[in-house]
Amino acid sequence: MDKIKPTFSKGGKLGFLESTFDAFETFLFVPNTTTVKGTHIRDCNDMKRTMIVVVLALMPAFLFGCWWTGAQVGLEGLCAFFYGLVRVLPMVCVSYIVGLGIEFYFAQVRGHEVNEGFLVTGLLIPLIFPISTPLWMVALSTAFAVIFGKEVFGGTGMNVFNPALLARAFAFFAYTPSMSGETVWYSNWTMMGAQVDGITGATALEQLGSTGTMTFSPLDAFLGMIPGSFGETSTLAILIGGAILLLTGIASWRTMLSVFVGGLAMGYLFQALGVTEYPAWWHLIVGGFAFGAVFMATDPVTSAQTNKGKYIVGLMTGALAVLIRVVNPAYPEGMMLSIIFMNALAPLVDYFVVEANISRRKKRVKLAK
Amino acid sequence: MSNNMKYLTGPFSANNPVIVQILGICSALAVTVQLKPAIVMALSVTVVTAFSNLVMSLLRNGVPARIRIIVQLVVIAALVILVDQVLKAYVYEISKQLSVYVGLIITNCIVMGRVEAFALGNKPWASFLDGIGNGLGYGMILVIVAFFRELLGSGSLLGFRIIPESWYMTEGGFYSNCGLMLFPPMALIIVGCIIWVHRSRNKDLQEK
Repeated sequence: MDKIKPTFSKGGKLGFLESTFDAFETFLFVPNTTTVKGTHIRDCNDMKRTMIVVVLALMPAFLFGCWWTGAQVGLEGLCAFFYGLVRVLPMVCVSYIVGLGIEFYFAQVRGHEVNEGFLVTGLLIPLIFPISTPLWMVALSTAFAVIFGKEVFGGTGMNVFNPALLARAFAFFAYTPSMSGETVWYSNWTMMGAQVDGITGATALEQLGSTGTMTFSPLDAFLGMIPGSFGETSTLAILIGGAILLLTGIASWRTMLSVFVGGLAMGYLFQALGVTEYPAWWHLIVGGFAFGAVFMATDPVTSAQTNKGKYIVGLMTGALAVLIRVVNPAYPEGMMLSIIFMNALAPLVDYFVVEANISRRKKRVKLAK
Repeated sequence: MSNNMKYLTGPFSANNPVIVQILGICSALAVTVQLKPAIVMALSVTVVTAFSNLVMSLLRNGVPARIRIIVQLVVIAALVILVDQVLKAYVYEISKQLSVYVGLIITNCIVMGRVEAFALGNKPWASFLDGIGNGLGYGMILVIVAFFRELLGSGSLLGFRIIPESWYMTEGGFYSNCGLMLFPPMALIIVGCIIWVHRSRNKDLQEK
């Protein structure tokens, strides 16, 4: 590795591929940067390893999604699992190839390092799409999200919106028939003896939006045995992932907690007003609420940066999600829209939190005088 | 190139009203779902800008500066009503599609902007050319945006089907129209892309 490095450095034969080389080097090896001056503790946990932990945290939801996809078409046990895995792998590959391709291209043109944010985004995208989404739609949505959600703002760390959610939102508005309805939640591939004919069923939220009732038991909804996007159905698997994120300190417990609290509070408010007859906790286990709260709202780039801001943004995300779900039947899934909306507001919230802190300190200075 | 030619062709690229001066965005988002209304809108705006420029340039020495805005409005409004009546008489269907946006040409920033910035200080012929140039520069962007929106959003151009029916998912194919193209936000993104391409080709337009 060290031997071929000069070839790719500036002035080397393949110098124009420097970013690409750097990306692979840091991806495969722990970085050897050390502090030169002063006392300074630095562990080898760079952003790539942080992202890998998030990918690990996504695994429970991913594995459950594989099994459930197979189970939905009448397969059992390992057979179901492999069916789901084979079914979803093309989507994962497409999202990674398209997304990383664009990222590498832009990094190369701008002479930046390739950033690793897409490792997570690339896995999130298949998890929040319905399993039967055509691959070209996945590719197009990914390209749209990476170019217009990320690169035009300056790449990883500069994006205003969560790219994975932006991909989902693009697909939702551009290809509504393929993203909602009764048939899209089921795999349509005939292999390994899958019974794919004639399975239909709306998601819990779509049922709620169209008829006002849901036909699933709370336990099924919690375990994830309900129709829905690939990785969003199992609240249990998502919570395991959430626990990993919290234990390693990667996601903010403030955001996560306050999203759930905000959703619950809004749910109870609607219950008290008699708008819906469903208890508030239903909202936490159906649809993408848990997935959004654990993996999307906590995105360190697009969420608020200040601790107080995290509480505020979290509460509003949860409340808004339930508000959209209950009040606007045209958009059964409010979580996506509410997180994107709060992404846009997060910098504003941060601004006011910081300003409030400054004026409070100024007052203290005045008092001391 | 003579000065007059510059007035005519400048707004096509280097001084384009939509993508350089960022004027007239509202109607660029509103009337570009299909190509036909966009073309009609482009021609209407061209006529209005050209003749309002001409008239105001002729009047420029007789109008006191303090009431010039009112005079401009009267001239532009009269021209817009004329255009509206002509559209209603000859292309009624499209005029219905364009609905209020024909009347709203009055508020199109390009018209008033060119009168204020150019016609009040230049001779009639130059002003007339400038009006035509700006109207066409605006129309060009409208047509490009409408081209992509109609092609990708409805699969047709000028009402003719370009993408065959059998490709569509409902007919057993694989393709599906991009519904987002029918919404105004996508028009804004297309305009953004045009600006992106345009600036990367014209280095002198890039801000430091």
